Amino acid sequence: MIEPTSSLPARVDQIVASYQARPTALIMVLQEIQQEYSYLPREAIERVGERMDLALSQIYGVATFYKAFSLEPRGRHLVSVCTGTACHVRNSKSILERLERDLQVERGHTSADREVTLETVNCVGACALGPVVLIDGKHYGHLTVGEVEKLIAVIRPCACGKQN
Amino acid sequence: MQPISSPAELAELRSGIIAARDPNHIWVQLCAGTGCLACGCEPVAAAFRQHIHDQGLEGVVHLKLTGCHGFCERGPLVVIQPQGVFYQRITPEDVGAIVEQTVKHGRVVTKLLYRDPASKTRVEKAEEIPFYKKQVRLVLRSNGLLDPTSLDDYIALGGYAALAKALTMTPEGIVDEVKRSKLRGRGGGGFPTGLKWETCRRAKGEPKYVICNADEGDPGAFMDRSVLEGNPHSVIEGMIIGAYAIGSHEGYVYVRHEYPLAVKHLSIALGQAREAGLLGSDILGSGFGFDIGVSRGGGAFVCGESTALMASLEGKVGEPRAKYVHTVEHGLWDKPSNLNNVETWANIPLIVEHGADWFASIGTEGSKGTKVFALTGKISNTGLVEVPMGITLREILHDIGGGVPGRKKFKAVQTGGPSGGTLIVETRDARIVHSLEEAGEIAPGETVTSLLDLPVDFDELTKAGSMMGSGGMIVMDQDSCMVDVARYFIHFLIEESCGKCLPCREGLRKLHEILERITKGQGEPEDIATLQEIADTLIDTSLCQLGGSAPNPVLSTLRYFRDEYDAHIREKRCPAGVCKDLVGYAVTEACVGDAKCAKVCPTGAISGGPRSLQVIDQAKCIQCDACYQVCTFDAIARVKRDRAEEVQAAAKAAWRPVKERGRAEARA
Repeated sequence: MIEPTSSLPARVDQIVASYQARPTALIMVLQEIQQEYSYLPREAIERVGERMDLALSQIYGVATFYKAFSLEPRGRHLVSVCTGTACHVRNSKSILERLERDLQVERGHTSADREVTLETVNCVGACALGPVVLIDGKHYGHLTVGEVEKLIAVIRPCACGKQN
Repeated sequence: MQPISSPAELAELRSGIIAARDPNHIWVQLCAGTGCLACGCEPVAAAFRQHIHDQGLEGVVHLKLTGCHGFCERGPLVVIQPQGVFYQRITPEDVGAIVEQTVKHGRVVTKLLYRDPASKTRVEKAEEIPFYKKQVRLVLRSNGLLDPTSLDDYIALGGYAALAKALTMTPEGIVDEVKRSKLRGRGGGGFPTGLKWETCRRAKGEPKYVICNADEGDPGAFMDRSVLEGNPHSVIEGMIIGAYAIGSHEGYVYVRHEYPLAVKHLSIALGQAREAGLLGSDILGSGFGFDIGVSRGGGAFVCGESTALMASLEGKVGEPRAKYVHTVEHGLWDKPSNLNNVETWANIPLIVEHGADWFASIGTEGSKGTKVFALTGKISNTGLVEVPMGITLREILHDIGGGVPGRKKFKAVQTGGPSGGTLIVETRDARIVHSLEEAGEIAPGETVTSLLDLPVDFDELTKAGSMMGSGGMIVMDQDSCMVDVARYFIHFLIEESCGKCLPCREGLRKLHEILERITKGQGEPEDIATLQEIADTLIDTSLCQLGGSAPNPVLSTLRYFRDEYDAHIREKRCPAGVCKDLVGYAVTEACVGDAKCAKVCPTGAISGGPRSLQVIDQAKCIQCDACYQVCTFDAIARVKRDRAEEVQAAAKAAWRPVKERGRAEARA
C-alpha cells in the first residue's frame, strides 16, 4: 500500500488525464485511485471534482454507492469473509463472529492499529471450499470455527490472537 | 501478428496451427479457474514445470493452464491428453508419479483417479464420471481444452469460424437464425434473444450499442465468470456477430470487479482480437467495424439490472429506472442498446455455426439448448454443470450432484439468487404436504407432483411458482433454518437496494426487523400476516425487479416451512439449531471423551477430562458452534436453550466409557 504523499494531486491529475477527464469515466478514475491508495482520500476526491468539473456531492454519491470504494484507510491486512449463500448454509456466520471476537474488529471496520481490516464479501466463487476466508487474497477453505486461531496466526504472528 | 484479412486467411491460419501441432505430443491440461486456483493449483503447476524440465521433456510435453473444468469439488484437476486420463485432488507431491507413470509410460496412477461412490470403482476418463455423464457441454465445451490466453488455441478449435460465416450472411438473416433457434436470455429473464435483437435493429437512433452483462452478483453463482475466464473469445465472437446483426459498432462488457481473472483474460483476448483484425474497423476484411470496451463494476448487486447497469456504464450511480421505456430503444446514453448476458452471447457462435435447427433440436418445446448451473451448498459434487433443457432437477441434484453429503436430509434448493430467489423443495415430503394442506393450497389426500421432477424449462418452472434464475443452485439440508435463510436474503437485499424507491428501501428494512425478532425468539403470531402484507406491497409497488421479487424468499419459506416459523414464534425454538439466541449446546451420551470440543472452546466452557463425558457449562457458553463443528461423533446437540441442562443430565445418566460400550455391543 502506498501512503498518500505530497504527489497525490499530481497522480490524480495523471489518472484523470488518462481518461481525458470524461465525466463518464468517473467510476474508473475512482477505481484507479482506490487501487493505488487502498481508499479514496478526501484530498483526491476534491481534486477529481476540480479536474473533471463535477460537484463533490456527485462524486461522494458514486463513492458511497459502490462497494468497491472505501472512504477510510484500510488496514495492512485485509480479511474478507465470504458470506455468499453457499458459505452461509455452511455456517460462515460462526467463522465471522469468531474473527470479530478474536481480532477485536467489527465487520466492515479496521483495527485501531491499522493492522487488519475485516470485511464480508457476497461471494468469491470458490463455493466448493466453503466456508471460505481470504486473507490478503489467499484462500483458506473448509474452515471450522476451531480453525480460526490458525488464521489469526497468519495475521498476527506474534500476538497469536489468544488475547482472551 | 498480421491482421487476418479474409475468411479464407482465417481458415488457412487454422490449418497452419493444427498442422504445426505434433499429435504425439502430450498435453497436461491443468484446471486454473478461480476454484482450482483457490484450492492450490499453482504449486501443482510449478511442480509440473519442474518435473517436465528435470526429465528433459520440454518441447514434447506441454503444460496448459486451462479454464474451469467444472468439477470444483475434486480440484485441483488435471487431464493428460491424448489418453484423456482424469486425475483429481492433485497435490504437488503427486506430480512426480503422474509424469513418471502416465506422461512417460502411458500408465495410469490408480490412486489419483476419481472413485465412483456408487460402484466403488476408480474411473479413468472424465466422461465416465457420473458428474459429467448426464451433462451436455456446449457453452463449456472448450473450457478444459484451451488456454484462455491463447488465440491460437481458440482458432484451432474452430474459433471465429462462426463469425466468418456470419459475415457472409445478411444481418437480417442472422437475426432470423437466432429467432428460429428460440434461444432465450440466460440471465434469468428468458426473453427471446432474436426478438430483442430485431427490436434493437429496428429501433431509431444512432449509434447503437451491444452490451454484455457480466455483473454476476448472485452469491453462489459463477457460470459467467467461468466462461469469461475460461473462454473469453467465445463471448467476444458472439458479441461481434450480434453487433453485425443489430448494426452496432461499439460494445461494452460490464464485469464484476470481484472477478479480476475474468477481467484479465477478457482484456488479453480483446487485445489479441484487435491485433488479429477480428475487432476494429475492417473485421476479416468485410468492411464491418466494431470494438469492445471493458467496464469494471463498482460492486453493486443492483447493477445486474439492465437499466442500472447502463447508468453505471455512464459513470453514474447505478439506479434502475422504470421499465416502460425499453433499453432496446432508449438505453445507454439514451441510444438503442442490446444487452445480453455472458452465457447468451457464448451461445451465439454455436447457433450461427451449426444452424438454428441443430440448436432447436436440444431441449424442450419452449426452452432450447442447454443451461449452465453452479451447484453449491450442501451438495456432494459442488461445481459447474451444463445440462440440456428438460432435464429434471432431481437428475441434476442426485445423478450429477451426488445428493446431500453425509447422512443429512435434503431440505430445499434455492434458485434465482437473493432477489427473486425461490425455494424448490421435495413437495412429496410429508411435512411439506402438511404445510400445503394447512394453507389450503392442496386438498387433503391430493397427490402432488414433486417439484424436483419438474423439467428445467423457463415456462414449466414459472408455472410451478419457481423460476429458472441465472443459474445459481444452492442446496440446503436439515441444518439450514428457513427463517434464518429468509432473514439472510433480506439482509443481503437491504445492503444492495439502491434506495431510490420507498417500498424497497423501507419495506425491506421492516421485513428484516420482523424476521430478526423472530430469530431472536421475540416473534408474535401476527408477524406472519404482517410479513405477508409487506411482501405483497413490495411486489406491487417497487420500481424494479430487485424490489419486486425481493420478498420471494420470505414468501416461499412461509409457504413450505410455516412450521419452522411457528416453532420460532410460539415455542421459541429453532428446529435446525441455527438461531443463536434460541439454541443451547449440550453433550450427549454419544460422547467418546476425546475432548476435541474442550480444546476449541474459546471460553473454556467445556470440561470433563480425557476419556470422560464432556460437560458444557451453560453460563460460560457463547453458542459459537465451535464444539459442534469439531465433533466427529455427532455428540454435540443443538437444542432449545432451556433444555440444554436437561439433555446433559440425561447424557450423564446414560453415558458409558467407550471400552464398556464396545463390550456391550459385542455381546449384542
